[in-house]
Amino acid sequence: MASSIDDLKTEIKKALPGLDMVIAWAAGPDPLSHTPLFITEEADVERIEWDPRCSQNLAGYLPGLRGKKVGIVVKGCDARSLVELLQEKLIDREDVTIFGLHCTGAVDARAARKALGSLRGGLESVSVNGGTASFSMSGEPRTLPLAEVLQKKCFTCTGADAEVCDHFIGEHGEPPRVTETPATTLEELEAMSMEERLHFWEDQMSRCIRCYACRSACPLCVCQDHCAAQSREPHWVDQTDHPREKLMFQAIHALHTAGRCTECGECERACPMGLPIMTLKQALNRSIQDLFDYRAGTDPDQAPPLFEFREEEKNIKEREW
Amino acid sequence: MLTARYIADDKLMPWLLSLAETRQVLAPVRQGGQTLFAPLDADSQLDLEGLADASAKAALLPRCETLLEFHYSKGEGVPSRTELEVRETLPDRDAFLFGARPCDAKGFTVFDRVYDGGSRRDIYYCTRRDKTIVAALACTDPADTCFCNRVGGGPGDTDGSDILFTPVEGGYVIEPVTERGEAFLAEQPLVEAEGRLEEARQVRKDVAESMPGGDPLGGAQGEVLRLFDDQEFWGGVAAKCLSCGACSYLCPTCYCFNMTDEINGDDGVRVRTWDNCMSFQFTLEGSGHNPRNGKAQRMRNRIGHKFSYYPELHDGNLACVGCGRCIVHCPVSMDVRAIVAQARDRALAKQEHAND
Ligand code: SF4
Ligand code: SF4
Ligand code: SF4
Ligand code: SF4
Ligand code: SF4
Repeated sequence: MASSIDDLKTEIKKALPGLDMVIAWAAGPDPLSHTPLFITEEADVERIEWDPRCSQNLAGYLPGLRGKKVGIVVKGCDARSLVELLQEKLIDREDVTIFGLHCTGAVDARAARKALGSLRGGLESVSVNGGTASFSMSGEPRTLPLAEVLQKKCFTCTGADAEVCDHFIGEHGEPPRVTETPATTLEELEAMSMEERLHFWEDQMSRCIRCYACRSACPLCVCQDHCAAQSREPHWVDQTDHPREKLMFQAIHALHTAGRCTECGECERACPMGLPIMTLKQALNRSIQDLFDYRAGTDPDQAPPLFEFREEEKNIKEREW
Repeated sequence: MLTARYIADDKLMPWLLSLAETRQVLAPVRQGGQTLFAPLDADSQLDLEGLADASAKAALLPRCETLLEFHYSKGEGVPSRTELEVRETLPDRDAFLFGARPCDAKGFTVFDRVYDGGSRRDIYYCTRRDKTIVAALACTDPADTCFCNRVGGGPGDTDGSDILFTPVEGGYVIEPVTERGEAFLAEQPLVEAEGRLEEARQVRKDVAESMPGGDPLGGAQGEVLRLFDDQEFWGGVAAKCLSCGACSYLCPTCYCFNMTDEINGDDGVRVRTWDNCMSFQFTLEGSGHNPRNGKAQRMRNRIGHKFSYYPELHDGNLACVGCGRCIVHCPVSMDVRAIVAQARDRALAKQEHAND
């Protein structure tokens, strides 16, 4: 990884004079997660960090910076968000310079904090090797089974190399693999009755504080400041603390990202209440895959299925109903 | 006369459950992987290890509070007339808030100055405050993001609490802070602390000394205000901000709210819900104009309110108690401490420049 980060810095320094800014990651105030870094001067390049703590998906900043020449550093999953943004013409390919990396998996900061305990001495380094994650704390290495601290989205990662990019840095490789993959929330829900599922979501949503970090962090939530959840006219969702209303918002988010969501995991990572809300999007993505044989964020030249109209869909035999 | 008492570890939960028979007991419990303040019952898994993920503020300022209920009906005899019936809904439940950290409790003093500010008394808040005994728990293991000591607090402080619990070997020393705390404890089947008080003091002293130092973040009112028009500064600080509400809603001092009528058929409620200045809708005017149209202006307000405007109005008291929740839970790891320090440096540099 050390060589990757040096190569990354070199490439960025080379490209910076032709760009308005480059977005990467730097060390954050919390030892377990890095923070987005907006680079405008060469001196900032030295602050770049690259390790499993680089969890934020920086692609979400791009639509808001349209018109500027922006460089961006991406992992495999972040690159899929980029592809989706390109497909939807929310960003312009010629204005974006992509620095792609191979990702060894992203650490779930909450799970790691719980497993590691006090971090007051700070963390010098975090790395993933095979089935373990290593944390170096005040010179003392601590290793944990990867399955315990890996972000949930990484268990189902479909490619850890940034597939669209202008500069690929380092070696290509496989997504992280753990010997025993824990059951996903989606699998658990599928084993439940409808009533149990409703009960599950009522319980989860009772904890939702309506901060809308899930929406704000989603690179594909394009309405942002004009979200249906906060509109009084029309009055789609009321402001009471009822789980029903909060689940209604999740349904809106899931439907607005159906066939677009690349399962980047940002909604779930951003949720301060730890609610398993990506599950709703995963369920819709499974349906999109069955109906349209389509996976979001894979091919920049394809149009998302719900953006198109065909008189007869291949897998929806409407006339045969 | 305030008397310190003691409770053994294994007696704590039974005692809290016995209290829960007559009043609501709110305590940090495990819920879906998080530690949150919730009504305690026999199935609850109490978690007193560290700081709860969300603050205890909902105990006094619920996420959503019904201010009144109303009902429309057709006027008798005169079909064109609509009658409106309005019912007041004041909080009526006694509560015991257990395990709030000293920073959480200090957060209530920030509310008190606003909602119980002499001439302006918010009846809903004041009623809840009166009916709730706040029992804080002194910290023994501050997190790497805690900085109460830089904003006028400390891991064993009593501001805003009625009672302070301090963990000692085998149990807790319980010290009343206010008269009503003492009156409450006097009715409880608790033993006197006797010789343990010194031990509790030592625990608090050791923890306070173990906290990393750093410049105090108070006294920056002028500096932050001087940057009011510095678009470049606030734009830079806010570049990575997503404009969500996670920081404000987890914060024990953010007290802004919105009021809406939610109507279903002929029945409705007027509710007061948490609001936050990082949201576009916060200052959106009816005309469609928004004086804080971008995230830079919103960030300026969040920092400005906590470290300049509020202390300016309230004798230098900050509207930040250093719990660090906004740092840990911000999806992009924004650091409020760093922003204040940067603001101060920038304002000083500008001033020096002006004197050149
Ligand atoms: S989903 Fe894949 S590319 Fe994304 S963080 Fe996880 S392992 Fe890396
Ligand atoms: S809905 Fe969630 S997982 Fe899907 S693209 Fe948005 S943030 Fe990523
Ligand atoms: S981020 Fe979590 S708590 Fe916030 S609105 Fe979304 S689901 Fe609710
Ligand atoms: S939690 Fe972070 S991203 Fe969200 S509004 Fe606050 S500072 Fe911005
Ligand atoms: S501003 Fe942040 S650190 Fe300060 S009290 Fe609020 S949540 Fe805690």
